[in-house]
Amino acid sequence: MSENYAPKSAVGRWFNDRLPLLNLIYGHLLPYPTPKNLNYWWTFGGILTFCLVTQIITGLVLAMHYVADADLAFASVEHIMRDVNYGWLLRYIHANGASLFFMAVYIHMARSLFYGSYKEPRELIWIIGVFIFLLMIATAFMGYVLPWGQMSFWGATVITNLFSAIPLVGESVTNWLWGGYAVGSPLLTRFFTLHYLMPFLIFALVILHVWALHVPGNNNPEGINVVQGSQDTVPFHPHYVVKDMFALVVFLVVFAGFVFFVPNLLGHTDNYIEANPLQTPEHIVPEWYFLPFYAILRSVPDKLGGVILMVSAIAILAFLPWLDTSKVRSAKYRPLYRQFVWLFFANVILLGYLGAQTADGLFLIIGRIATAYYFAHFIIILPLLGYIEKTKPLPKSLSEPVLSPEERQMKAAASGASA
Amino acid sequence: MSEKQVTRRNFLYVTTGAFAAAGAASLAWPFVDQMNPDASVKALASTEIDLRPIIPGQSITVMWRGKPVFIRRRTQAEIDDAKKVNLADLPHPEADSDRAQNPEWLVMVGICTHLGCVPLGQKGDYNGWFCPCHGSHYDTSGRIRKGPAPTNLEIPDYVFLNETTIKIG
Repeated sequence: MSENYAPKSAVGRWFNDRLPLLNLIYGHLLPYPTPKNLNYWWTFGGILTFCLVTQIITGLVLAMHYVADADLAFASVEHIMRDVNYGWLLRYIHANGASLFFMAVYIHMARSLFYGSYKEPRELIWIIGVFIFLLMIATAFMGYVLPWGQMSFWGATVITNLFSAIPLVGESVTNWLWGGYAVGSPLLTRFFTLHYLMPFLIFALVILHVWALHVPGNNNPEGINVVQGSQDTVPFHPHYVVKDMFALVVFLVVFAGFVFFVPNLLGHTDNYIEANPLQTPEHIVPEWYFLPFYAILRSVPDKLGGVILMVSAIAILAFLPWLDTSKVRSAKYRPLYRQFVWLFFANVILLGYLGAQTADGLFLIIGRIATAYYFAHFIIILPLLGYIEKTKPLPKSLSEPVLSPEERQMKAAASGASA
Repeated sequence: MSEKQVTRRNFLYVTTGAFAAAGAASLAWPFVDQMNPDASVKALASTEIDLRPIIPGQSITVMWRGKPVFIRRRTQAEIDDAKKVNLADLPHPEADSDRAQNPEWLVMVGICTHLGCVPLGQKGDYNGWFCPCHGSHYDTSGRIRKGPAPTNLEIPDYVFLNETTIKIG
């Protein structure tokens, strides 16, 4: 698609002959054939790229003012908020940007689940995506520790203590992570270092994610294979560049709403109290985007068991392409899966709600049922559906479902005449 | 046929590879070990505490190795409660006499054995300690009775230097 591209200017040709970078960019961003029926759920890839770049740029400038030392960190964040020019804006963009990043990634993943984008031949795109998600979780968690407020400190304590559940070496591992016998300055400094590093690893994985995507091309709402360059595809530019831009602008309206009107809505007030190793806050809750996994952790009365289950809840995603035995991708043509996938989404939201409640009484019982259902979806429902579900007939091409029977007849007659 | 023979070249190839692997592994260790507790952290490993200001029924919290340590001068009722428990009923059976060198003084690390929060004193179903994070209840001897914590509150190494001073660590 891009081999015959030649830059117009002499300088461009000179450069491209020696390093075909323009060729690469041209091929992947301009004529790249894209299914013509992609809906707005497909715009979140672009939105996520925007989120990552925003986090890197705002993070870079925040790091110019932040001090990663237990005695100075909290004060340096207040210094950013009060003294640094536009520091309040940069920090609010970075903090809310993290939340919106997760909002976008959950929608992106839900789209993949609904339309079966993880299935053959796109398994590796999905698995790279799971690794990006894991790195995002680690990055966001470490970033939340940096302001060194009460939630930062106790969140770090609870999460690093998860490693103490490992039999035999648990204590050595936690002491190694802490660089001491409790959460303190050494941990803060190393978290800052890793928090700075990981977005660049994410960036590298995003390049692999897009590279792997551009081998088979995009999935689409019908979930059928399209022939690249046929009537079913349109060039990425201008069609999807414009659509992505419009979606991004709408996303930015929401983003700006958070940053300028309710910048602390998604945060926790306790994090404006400096870390105190002698006093645990009444309720420790993680950031909203971790709540479903936190609910799974707490639903198990055993420490090691809870940790294993929480890690499995994310790890099981990597096996999804093989757990789902149905060959039909889109939920549009899977009447049973269509209902179960909505049940699954509702269950994850329920787990998120439970993660924010105290873990006792009725909440604990519902939490256990919801946790069981989460896993049942992957290891019982999905494998069985492939065998018992009667899927609807798939269209032969993207043009077919939008044409009436008469139009199709006319089209067939026309192509017959030309042949 | 000659391909399957072990030649001098094969031998050199394998030993060179083995030496390179061993060298890389030993060089990796400093990069891993630098994260372990350093000399300045280890230097703070013991603390001495004067017990005279503490009256029965009062607790103090001291810092030892960056962790809170509870020192409680227990009341007679609390000691009796701790002693009369049937050990078979405990998730982590330990006699009170094994946990307190002197029954009047309970010294333990104030960190919940579940996920590291600081439990609140004289709260919970057993009037001992209660962890607000995930609801673990400890009795007046700091033993786990109910909730997700796997073990009793840890007893640090400590000695009575004299009647009124202890040294932790």
